[in-house]
Amino acid sequence: MISPLDIRIGFFLAVRQIKRASLWTTGLIVFVMVLTFLNLVVVSGILVGLIQGAVDATRTSYTSDVTISSLPDKAYIENSTNIIALLDTIPGIAHYTPRYREGGTVESNYKDRKDTDKPNIASGQIVGIDPNKEDAITHLSEHVVEGSYLNASDYDQVLVGHYLLKQYLPIETPAFTTLEHVGIGTKIRLRVGGVIHEVTVKGIVKTKVDEISMSVFMVDSQLKNMIGRGDNNVDEIAIEAKPGINPTQIRDTLNMYGVNQVAKVQTFEDAQPKFLKDMIKTFATLGAMLSSIGLVVAAITIFIVIFINAVTRRKYIGILKGIGIHGHVIEISYVFQSMFYAIIGSVIGLLFVYLVLVPYFAANPIDFPFSDGILVAPIGETFFRVGLLVLSTLISGYIPARMIVRKNTLDSILGRN
Amino acid sequence: MIEVKQLKRSFKDGDRQIDVLKGIDFKAESGEFIAIMGRSGAGKSTLLYQISLLDYPTSGEIIIDNMPTQDMHAEARTNFRLTHFGYVFQDYALLPELTALDNVVLPLLMQGIEKAKAYKRATETLMIVGLEHRLNNIPSKMSGGEQQRVSIARGIVHHPKILFADEPTANLDNESSEVVMKLFQQLNKEGQTIIMVTHEPEYAKLADKVVKIDDGKILSITKN
Repeated sequence: MISPLDIRIGFFLAVRQIKRASLWTTGLIVFVMVLTFLNLVVVSGILVGLIQGAVDATRTSYTSDVTISSLPDKAYIENSTNIIALLDTIPGIAHYTPRYREGGTVESNYKDRKDTDKPNIASGQIVGIDPNKEDAITHLSEHVVEGSYLNASDYDQVLVGHYLLKQYLPIETPAFTTLEHVGIGTKIRLRVGGVIHEVTVKGIVKTKVDEISMSVFMVDSQLKNMIGRGDNNVDEIAIEAKPGINPTQIRDTLNMYGVNQVAKVQTFEDAQPKFLKDMIKTFATLGAMLSSIGLVVAAITIFIVIFINAVTRRKYIGILKGIGIHGHVIEISYVFQSMFYAIIGSVIGLLFVYLVLVPYFAANPIDFPFSDGILVAPIGETFFRVGLLVLSTLISGYIPARMIVRKNTLDSILGRN
Repeated sequence: MIEVKQLKRSFKDGDRQIDVLKGIDFKAESGEFIAIMGRSGAGKSTLLYQISLLDYPTSGEIIIDNMPTQDMHAEARTNFRLTHFGYVFQDYALLPELTALDNVVLPLLMQGIEKAKAYKRATETLMIVGLEHRLNNIPSKMSGGEQQRVSIARGIVHHPKILFADEPTANLDNESSEVVMKLFQQLNKEGQTIIMVTHEPEYAKLADKVVKIDDGKILSITKN
C-alpha cells in the first residue's frame, strides 16, 4: 500500500536525481517530449485547421453569426420588411445585411461574336446588396483585388467573383465555363430569370469562399427591379452579433418572435454543411492516428531512458532497498522523473503552441486552394493530449523501474545476475 | 539478541550446488562488537548478509530479539532493516546524486520523522563522524575515508539495534582505516551493537568477540 510518506520520499529521490542528471540528457529527453507534444497537437490541429479555416472564412465573409434564409419551399423570405424591422429592436445585434440572391448567367463576348461562335457564358449567383451594410459585416471591399468596391449609387455596375473569370480560374469543362477577356470596365450581360441586362465590371472579388467567388454583386435596388421583387422581400439576411453575444441567443430570440415560421434561422454552426462537419471529424481522427505514432515513440523513449537509468543504477536501487527504502518508493521516484520529463515537455510545447504557432498561423494562414489553413488547438483537447502524454510516460517509466526494483536486493547490491 | 541456528546457504552453479554456509550456530548479545574473520571465500560476507536480512538462507533459523525471521515477507524484512539495522559497506554504497546530508537523512525521512528534526539529527550525526564541513558535498567530491564516515553516519543516524559492517576498511588507507575503527570503538562504547566482517587481524582485535569461519563452518569463537 502506497502511503503519503512513500510519495514524499519518492519525490525526494526523484528531485535529487533530476538535479544531478546530465543537463544534455535531460535536455534531450525534454526535447523529445516537446516534439511528441507538438506532433500530438499540431498534426491534427493543422488537418482540422484546413477545414476550420474554410468554415471560419465562410462565417466572416458570408454567413456572419446568424443567417435568415428562405424556407425550402419558398422563393424568398416572406414578410422580410417586418423581420428587418424586428432586427433593429434586438439589442444583441451589431449589424445585419439583407441580400437578394438569384441564380443567373453572365455573358461576355456577346458584342463581338458571330452567329456561329459559341457564346461565352458562365453560371453563378447574382446577389443584390446594400454595399455599406454588406461591407460592415463581411468586409467585402477588402476582397476586391482589381477595380473598386460598389457605392450605393453604382447602377449598372457589378463586382464579379474570381471563379467566374478565366484569368483566375483557368479551368474549362463542359459543365463549368468561365468568362474570357473580362476585366475592369468590360461590359457583360446578366441574365436573371427572363431579364437580360448589360452591366460594367467595376471590381473583381477574390476569396476562398465559393458563395462569394461564384457570385456577381450589384446594388440591391437594381437587382430587386430586375427580378420584379416589388414587395421588398429578400432572399437572405446575414446578422452579426455584438461581441460577447452568443449567436444562439439571437437565433432563439428570432424564433421566439416566430421568424422561424416564415424563414430558416440558423447560426453559423447550424448552417455549416454536414460534409464539412464530417470532414472535420475525419481529419481529427486521421490526426489522432498519426499522433498516436508519436505517442508510442515517446513512450518507448521514456521506457528506454528509464530502463537504462535503472539498470545502470541497479546497485544503488539495491542499496536503497538494503537500508530499508521500500521498492515502491523507488518506483515512485522513477514515475516522478517520467512525469517531470512529460510535464516540462508539455509546458514548453503548450507555450510554443499558444504563444507562437497559433498566433503565427492566425496571422499567416497556410495557403491551401480551398481555404486558409489555421492551427486549431482547443484548450480542452490540448489538455486531454497532455494527459495522454503524461499517462503514457508514467506507464513507460514505471514498467522498467518495476522490472529492476523487483530483482533480489543483495544481487543488486553485489551486481550479480 | 541474535541467535542463528543451523544456518545454511547454497548457490546453484549450473547443475552444481555450492554450499557456502554449512550449518552455522551463532549468538550475539546486545552491545557486543563482533568481528567475523576468515580467508577469502570462507563465507563470512555471506553470513553477514543472512543475519542482516539482506539475503534468504537456504535453511536454518535467524532469531532477532526473539522474533523468527524466516517467514517474514519482503516488505516486512525491508521495514525490519529500516528500523533495526544500519549498514556500512566495503565500497561505502552512498547514493551518488545525494549530498552527505541527504544520504544520512534518508533512513530518518523513511521512518516518517519530521523533516526539520531529521535534518537536525543527520547534521549532528555527521558532526559525530567529523564531517560537519562536508554536509553539502556529494560523494564524488569526498575522499574514500570521508565517504566511509558518511556511510557510518547513515548506518547509525536512526539508532539501529545492530550496525553491520562488511569489510569497512578494505578500500581505505591506513589513516582512514584508523579513523573508521576508532569511530566503531566509540560507538560500541556508547552501547551500539556492531557485527563487522574483516580480514585484518589488527582490527579484529578491537572487537569483543572474534568469530573465525572457514569453508562455511565456524572454526572458533574467541573473546578479546
